[in-house]
Amino acid sequence: MNMTIDFQTYFELLNLYSDYAMAVDSADWEKWPDFFVEDGTYRLQPRENFEQGLPLCLLALESRAMIKDRVYGVKETMYHDPYYQRHIVGTPRVISVEGGRDADTIHSEANYVVVRTKYDGESTVFNSGYYRDVIVRTPEGLKLQSRLCIYDTEMIPNSIIYPI
Amino acid sequence: MTGNATVFPKDPTWEGEGSSRIPFWAYTRDDLYQQELERFFYSGHWCYVGLEAEIPNPGDFRRTVIGERSVIMVRDTNGAINVVENVCAHRGMRFCRERHGNRKDFFCPYHQWNYSLEGDLQGVPFRRGVKQEGKINGGMPPEFKLEEHGLTKLKVATRGGVVFASFDHDVEPLEEFLGPTILQYFDRVFNGRKLKVLGYRRQRIPGNWKLMQENIKDPYHPGLLHTWFSTFGLWRADNKSQLRMDEHFRHAAMISTRGQGGKNDEVVSGVDSFKDQMKVNDPRLLDIVPEPWWNGPTAVMTTVFPSVILQQQVNSVSTRHIQPNGHGSFDFVWTHFGFDDDSEEMTQRRLIQANLFGPAGFVSADDGEVIEWSQEGFEQKPAHRTVVEMGGYDIGDSEHMVTETLIRGMYAYWRKVMGQ
Repeated sequence: MNMTIDFQTYFELLNLYSDYAMAVDSADWEKWPDFFVEDGTYRLQPRENFEQGLPLCLLALESRAMIKDRVYGVKETMYHDPYYQRHIVGTPRVISVEGGRDADTIHSEANYVVVRTKYDGESTVFNSGYYRDVIVRTPEGLKLQSRLCIYDTEMIPNSIIYPI
Repeated sequence: MTGNATVFPKDPTWEGEGSSRIPFWAYTRDDLYQQELERFFYSGHWCYVGLEAEIPNPGDFRRTVIGERSVIMVRDTNGAINVVENVCAHRGMRFCRERHGNRKDFFCPYHQWNYSLEGDLQGVPFRRGVKQEGKINGGMPPEFKLEEHGLTKLKVATRGGVVFASFDHDVEPLEEFLGPTILQYFDRVFNGRKLKVLGYRRQRIPGNWKLMQENIKDPYHPGLLHTWFSTFGLWRADNKSQLRMDEHFRHAAMISTRGQGGKNDEVVSGVDSFKDQMKVNDPRLLDIVPEPWWNGPTAVMTTVFPSVILQQQVNSVSTRHIQPNGHGSFDFVWTHFGFDDDSEEMTQRRLIQANLFGPAGFVSADDGEVIEWSQEGFEQKPAHRTVVEMGGYDIGDSEHMVTETLIRGMYAYWRKVMGQ
């Protein structure tokens, strides 16, 4: 399997990761679904389920439409303590590539840490894990076909509202 | 009440006979919390430990907790389920560190004391001493008996694939503990079918553990706090519903049949969470398919005091395990499951509807949040009290959900057992 992409493609890949982090940290939730293709999926899964082959996720959003439903929930329907979040995302690791050096499909992974800060509190590590992604080339650039966030922080500090 | 009343009462007493005004100090005092562990979690009650389906094979074990005491649920070579306390008989170590696995026996790494899957002590290294230059050094005293130093064994009861245990070997049978009314709702879900575990979700909620029992004994809030319930009619005041309790008022079932949703001014006018125009973009989130075993109701939420909540909300079923750790915090562990004869389609449906529940759920995330905020209010002025008087002061079964009777029932029981 090909594992080489040209620098331009790798640059686009880096941008996808950093743009995603910036979007979900900016409280501009409407931007979040746009990182996915229409049949793209977003799953947030505790590591214990993943490693035991158990299918349950904390969130399993099976289409961009469902991701939009989550945005509506975050913005309009879920009462919660407001908080800031900050993603620190590691350099993506390319696992495999399909297509030429400009890649149709990239399988890649990256570690992440999300720090949460409530208005009257300190900044604490909120969720730590890694992304397992399938990224595809579209006329609008690289998009997520699927993002699986596998988190180590299995004991969630009360609740997760905003996207990881 | 005036603003400068005592905030930290010196000799707190619960005024009057009723249970509709719960003092804040019932949630904030460490001494009461320890009594609750002793009287509810460690004696006189059955506590949830897990599902048989989590340990299908001989030697399978899963570490869990009752109150604050770490225990191990294990299937032995005869296929029986044992629950033993995770504390070595020698030096008191919590020896089992893995969360689950398969073992022929247990051993404590510190001095290698070794226990059978039933919890019996099998061997102690150097028990007869160590021979050196013709003499025997050390060893346990001759009167030391292995059989007097096993792990603490709990009484175990299983029903319909659910495992309960008790440190109290004189506890009444599980069926009597639940009582005939609650047993009927228990058996509705756990009717002998084999269960299929779908996975776990865990959250640490910074609030007193009783607040979670109360949350699921409170049919007044779901149609108000939870947009999804009010807007889509999954749970709200105009649903056909019943509230049922056991004779001690400690356990309860809230039974509801989904209404049409939409606009009914009587129940949604002025309700902030009601969203008239809301529609889901992906209908799979609400792709509800009635199952024959429901026998009518679309949701039955059962609270088994003190340790577990049994959830059936449309096609999503789970156990929710309450694991207190201090007066102001508990871990809440969700085990979602399905049934062995579920089609792949039904499994997918259960998994997608699970988005409504758990620590990030469209519905349940708010419950954790409001519990945290309640605890903050209690800590702020323990001398104050709540007002749980929706539907009056009485305790009794109900044919509607505009009442807090189940919470009053739980506190009547609490006062009796706690002597408060």
